[in-house]
Amino acid sequence: MDLFQYDFMLRALAGALIIGLAAPALGIYLVQRRLSLIGDGIGHVALTGVGVGLLLQQSPVLTAVVVAVLGAVGVELVRERGRTSGDLALALLFYGGIAGGVVLVGLSDDSANANLMQYLFGSLITTTRQDLIVIAILGAAVLTAMLALRPALFAVCNDEEYARVSGLPVRTLNLVIAATTAVTVTIAMRTVGLLLVSALMVVPVAAAQQITRGFRSTMALAMGIGVTAAAAGVWAAGEIDTAPGATIVILAIAAFLAITVGSATWRVLRRHIPAERHAEHAEPPDVVLQEAGAR
Amino acid sequence: MSVVSVRHAAVAYGGRTVLRDVTLDVGAGEVVAVLGANGSGKSTLIRTILGLVPLAGGEIELFGTPQRRFRQWARVGYVPQRMGAGSGVPATVGEVVASGRLARRGIFRFPGAADREAVRAALDDVGLLDRIHDPVTTLSGGQQQRTLIARALAGRPDLLVLDEPTAGVDAGSQEAFAKALAGFGERGGTVLLVAHELGPLEPLIDRAVVVHGGRIAYEGAVPEPAGHHAGPGHDHVHPHAEPEQARICVAPTDRMPAT
Repeated sequence: MDLFQYDFMLRALAGALIIGLAAPALGIYLVQRRLSLIGDGIGHVALTGVGVGLLLQQSPVLTAVVVAVLGAVGVELVRERGRTSGDLALALLFYGGIAGGVVLVGLSDDSANANLMQYLFGSLITTTRQDLIVIAILGAAVLTAMLALRPALFAVCNDEEYARVSGLPVRTLNLVIAATTAVTVTIAMRTVGLLLVSALMVVPVAAAQQITRGFRSTMALAMGIGVTAAAAGVWAAGEIDTAPGATIVILAIAAFLAITVGSATWRVLRRHIPAERHAEHAEPPDVVLQEAGAR
Repeated sequence: MSVVSVRHAAVAYGGRTVLRDVTLDVGAGEVVAVLGANGSGKSTLIRTILGLVPLAGGEIELFGTPQRRFRQWARVGYVPQRMGAGSGVPATVGEVVASGRLARRGIFRFPGAADREAVRAALDDVGLLDRIHDPVTTLSGGQQQRTLIARALAGRPDLLVLDEPTAGVDAGSQEAFAKALAGFGERGGTVLLVAHELGPLEPLIDRAVVVHGGRIAYEGAVPEPAGHHAGPGHDHVHPHAEPEQARICVAPTDRMPAT
């Protein structure tokens, strides 16, 4: 535990906790709408933003936010059309995003390979105080939007046509989800990295929904799993010296597997318990009959 | 004043005309059924009235306001044909029905006591109050359909628009449906529904409109089942279909709530 006597570890932990809460709170809407992989795509686009930032010697986090939001809004507008060509448009955008990022990072002065890896797979340990402030502010904004707009976002993701007939600003709400996805991806880039960020949005939700009955409880449990995996991941990564981002994701997947196996076992057991109880009730008369017969 | 007024409406999907020169009025408190075969354009007609399908020609007014400028969507309750395919994220019956309050409450206000009360009352109307905390996926098709009507009723609308509310719904749910609609009508509500067959809803209908080939082919009293080609056939199908449906839908439901 003494790892946390270091400031950088505390900053790493704080950053991870914020993402652990915010990513599943947003991810539940993406899962509900069957867009589980969208975070991954937006992550690709954000890399171009990192490249732009490094090239212009601006904060890569801020430029990544701007580029990712533009990309996400573009994706949403394509999705809204619902055309088959949308699939190809997305592919172009995503691969263009990652290729553009790699080229731009290469062009910048700061072009060491390690630098690119730090954005692709996260680098909690190098999280600066300033990074943490940006993560905290944006993370709080994401969380507030996702929790405060929950009834409306639930309605839109659950039944878009019904939401439209209810007079909800469906397009605006969809764009809010798109922009929030971009913001979450970018702030999570320091924690788990652009290639793993989608996991923190989706895996806790996938784990939670195995055992929950309602939307609100799924959201709460997913956030709990996310924040626990994040805290445990940072600690474990420090103890066994692994990459924190990947460790957090592995733990989240372990939680998913544990809950899946656990709930399946529980279901099997439940099916047998009533049968046993039934047998208990049936037993005494049998015994009495046998005894009576024996005498 | 007409609650719904359609004047010479035309609708086209990708160059193909689906509706042409449709004129229809629904007065306050009226219960109007739009009948027709599959593909006749009857669903398109109500989806156009709701603004889900763009109008290619003609005019539509809701409560006397041109549909494009209409903003009082809380006065309209929409019941779609079926619940969207589940994505795996669970939602309780109560949560789905609570969506019906958004039009009235607005998206920034948190649900209050009045919202919770309206949700419970609407579920009571369709006979599903005891399932309020159950995941919607554990309900039968007919119960899911009743959940959707409860969602529309929870917003306390003046006009209910229903798209094939009784298609593939078990007899028990059809009765509950008819009861809920009758109650809504007695409170002065206006109903516009699309149906392939009316079943237990028939006594509630004031006027029928038959759509055929994208035009209104008949308007007046509900056509006699004897004269209606599909009528007797459906009557025969029902008694046979019911027990089977009950077995498919109810049995797993009974086992599942315990999870």
